[in-house]
Amino acid sequence: MSDEDVNFADLDGVRAALADADYLADDGIAGVVYLAERLGKPILVEGPAGTGKTQLAKSVAEITGSRLIRLQCYEGLDESKALYEWNYKKQLLRIQAEGSDAAWNDVEDDLFSEEFLLTRPLLEAIRAEDPVVLLIDEVDRVEVETEALLLEILSEYQVSIPELGTVEALQVPMVFLTSNGTRELSEALKRRCLYLYIDYPDLDRERKIVTAKVPEIDANLADQVARIVRSIRQLDLKKDPSVSETLDWARTLVLLGVKQIDAAVATETANVLLKYRTDIEKAVKEFADNPDELAGPAN
Amino acid sequence: MTLTDSKSAVNDDRPLLGLLSGFIEELRNAGLPVSLTENLDAMEAVTHIPIEDREAFKYALGATLVKNHSHWRAFEVVFEVYFSLRGPEYEIFDGDTSADAPVEDDAEMSGEAQASGGGGGMSALTPEQLAEMLFKALMQGDDAMLRALARQAVIRFAGMEPGRPVGGTYYLYRTLRNLDLDGLLDRLMEATRDDAPGDLSPLEERLERDEFNDRMDRLKQEIESEIRRRLVADRGVEAMAKTLRKPLPEDVDFMHASREEMVNLRKAIYPLTRKLAVRLARKRRHGRKGPLDFRNTMRHSLSYGGVPAEPKFRFPRPAKPEIMVVADISGSVAAFARFTLHLVYALSGQFSKVRSFVFIDGLDEVTRFFDGVEDIGEAVHRVNTEADVVWVDGHSDYGHAFGVFWEKYGKEVGPKTTVLVLGDARNNYHASQSWIIKELKHRARKVFWLNPEPRAYWDTGDSIVGEYGTWCEGVFEVRNLRQLEAFVENLV
Ligand SMILES: Nc1ncnc2c1ncn2[C@@H]1O[C@H](COP(=O)(O)OP(=O)(O)O)[C@@H](O)[C@H]1O
Ligand SMILES: [Mg+2]
Repeated sequence: MSDEDVNFADLDGVRAALADADYLADDGIAGVVYLAERLGKPILVEGPAGTGKTQLAKSVAEITGSRLIRLQCYEGLDESKALYEWNYKKQLLRIQAEGSDAAWNDVEDDLFSEEFLLTRPLLEAIRAEDPVVLLIDEVDRVEVETEALLLEILSEYQVSIPELGTVEALQVPMVFLTSNGTRELSEALKRRCLYLYIDYPDLDRERKIVTAKVPEIDANLADQVARIVRSIRQLDLKKDPSVSETLDWARTLVLLGVKQIDAAVATETANVLLKYRTDIEKAVKEFADNPDELAGPAN
Repeated sequence: MTLTDSKSAVNDDRPLLGLLSGFIEELRNAGLPVSLTENLDAMEAVTHIPIEDREAFKYALGATLVKNHSHWRAFEVVFEVYFSLRGPEYEIFDGDTSADAPVEDDAEMSGEAQASGGGGGMSALTPEQLAEMLFKALMQGDDAMLRALARQAVIRFAGMEPGRPVGGTYYLYRTLRNLDLDGLLDRLMEATRDDAPGDLSPLEERLERDEFNDRMDRLKQEIESEIRRRLVADRGVEAMAKTLRKPLPEDVDFMHASREEMVNLRKAIYPLTRKLAVRLARKRRHGRKGPLDFRNTMRHSLSYGGVPAEPKFRFPRPAKPEIMVVADISGSVAAFARFTLHLVYALSGQFSKVRSFVFIDGLDEVTRFFDGVEDIGEAVHRVNTEADVVWVDGHSDYGHAFGVFWEKYGKEVGPKTTVLVLGDARNNYHASQSWIIKELKHRARKVFWLNPEPRAYWDTGDSIVGEYGTWCEGVFEVRNLRQLEAFVENLV
C-alpha cells in the first residue's frame, strides 16, 4: 500500500511516522526498523523490561496499516501452540457422526482437511494475504527446541504440514522478536536477525514519551518527572525504573493533582516507580538529604 | 546527524569495501564473533543507507554485526577509529603545545590553532575568555558551542605531538586538568542558586547538579572524540585500533580492572545472576526425572484400568549441595572474592545452604551479613569493611587462616558440603598447612580451588597453589566473569 511506501521512503520518514503513532524512536530504533523493511529481515529486540520493545512492533503495525499477529512465548510453548494443531475433539465428533459404514479412507481425508486445522500465530502469519506484522514476544522464555522451530520458520517462511502439504508465504512479513535477556539466544537465531538493543531513553526522549502518553500532564511536570527518573537511574539500584513505571508515576502525579514535585511527594509516591524496598530507601535517602553533605552522585 | 558540512563517513583513500573489511577484521580482533553471514549482511545493509548519514551508517553496521549488547562499547570504539571524520583539520602539527610549554602562551597557541584550521575564531581568545565561554555553554546546554570548545580545548591543552605512541587517556587527562570542571561545576551551581527565585530545595539542587554533570559528560565525550580523530589522522587506522583494543566485559581481568571496568563489571553481575538463575532452575526441572519407578507406575495404572498410562519416576536424591566459601579478601584478589560471593549468594536458592568465611591472615565467618538481606551488593560491601580478618599484619597467611577454619568449623564440614576456596595462594612464604585441605577433602563432598591469577603465574614466587591443589578435586583459573559463570554453572 502506498501509505507504507511513504513511511519507509527514508529514515526520517520512519521516525516521523512512529512519532505520529505516539512512539518516540531514537536514531537507532528508527534506523533498524527502516533497514529491516529494506532487507526483509526479522529484528531481534533486546533490552530491559518496559522500554517499549513490544510497543514498537505494535506501532510499526499501526503505521504500516498491518494486522499484528502476536505469539506470546512462555516456557513449554510448543509447535501445537505456535504453529498449528489438529482439532482433535471436532475430529472425534466427525468420526462418531459418520457411523461405521463410511469408508475409512474418505473419512481420513476429510479429517485432515482445512476444516479441522487450528491455525496458530506462526502459520497464520505465513498464510496471511493482507499485510501483517508478526510479533514473537519474549522469545527468551521458550526452550531451545522451540527456538529451533522459530529459526526454521524465519529462514524459510514456509511450513510443511504432512497431511496437507507445504504452505509458502505469499509475502515476507515484518517480524519482531523480543527478549528480556533472561538467557542468551542461540547464535543461529541471532545471525538470522538484525539486532536492536533498546535501552532506557535519554532525558529528551523520555520527556516526549511522557507527554505523548499522558497528554493531560503539563510540560513542567513532565520535565521534572523525566529528570528525576534520570537521576534515579544513576543510583546503583537493584531494578531501575522502566518507561512503563515512569508513565505510571506521571499518571499518579496527575491524579493527585501535583503541580510541582518536592521531596515529600517524591517520597510518598516512590513505590510507584521502584519495586524493591531497599531501592526506595536508597532513592529517598539520596533525594531528601542535602546533596552537599553527600560525596556526590552515587555510581 | 547529517554531515553535510563535513567529510562523509567513509571518505578515505581506500574504497568503502576495503575499509569495511578492515573494520570487520578489527571487530574480530577485538573479540566480537562476526560470522560470514553477518559480514555479508553488513555489506548489503550499508547500500541502503545514504552514505553521508554517519549515524545511520553506524546503526546499520551495529544491527548486522553486534548481537550482544555488552559488545556495543567495543564496537563504538572501533567504529570511531575506522569511520571518524577525516581531513587536514585534524592533523597534529609539530609544536602543538608540549608538556613543558606553558599553556597560557597565547601567541604560540593561536598560531597553531590557525594552522590546524580548527576552532573557528576561537584561537584568538584569552584563556579567561575561553573559560567564560565554556561556563556559558554549560549553563545553557549549548551543544554546538560545547563541540567547538572541545576542539579548541584539545588544540590548546592536550599537547599532542605527532608520532607519539601514547593512547588518548593521557591527552584527555591533560585537557581536562586545564579545564577544571570541578571548579566550573561549583560556579555553575552558585549561579543557579543566585538565579533561583527562592532557595533551592535539596531535590532541586540534586537535579540541577545532575543536569550539569550530564552536559559535562557530553563535553568529555566530545574531547575524547576529538583526540581520537587526531590520533587516527596521525597514526593511521590500524595502529590506533590496536592501541585502543580492550577486553570485552566478560573478559576483563578481576585483578587488573580499572575503575571504569569495575563499574561495568558490577553492572554486569545482576543480569548475569538473573540469567544463570533462570538457566539453572530450568536445568534442575528438566533433570528432575529419575529412573522409571515401575511399581509406582503399575500402582497408578489401576486407575486407568490397568493401562500404565502415567509413567512414574523415582525422584533422584535431592542433590542440592551445601556450599562453604572460604575467600581471601586481601588487596588484589578482593574484587574476585566480591564477585564470587555475590554470584554464589544470588544463586543461593540452588544450594541447600551457603556459608561464607573470609580471611587475610585471620578468618571470620560472614554468613550473618547475608542472612535475610535483599541487597547482596550491600552485604558484600559490609563483608569487605566489617569482617574481622586481620590477625597479625594484614598480609595473606593461608596457613594460619586455614588453621583457624579447621579448628572452629572443621567439624561442620560433612559429606554434603562443597568447599570453595578462593584466592591466589600467595602465602607470603608462611607455612602452608596444606594438610588441612587434605583433611577437608576427606570430610567434604568436594573441594574446589578458584584462582584469579593467570595459570602461567601459578607456583611462581610465593604462590603455592600447586601444593594445595593436590588435595582438591579441581583447581580452576577464574580470571573473569566468563570463567566464573562457567564454573558456577557446572557446580550446580
Ligand atoms: N519509545 C516509546 N514511545 C512511546 N511509548 C513507549 C515507548 N517506550 C515505552 N513506551 C510505553 O511504555 C510501556 C511499556 O512498553 P512495552 O513495549 O510493554 O515494554 P517492553 O515490551 O520493552 O517490556 C508501554 O505503555 C509503552 O507504550
Ligand atoms: Mg514486552
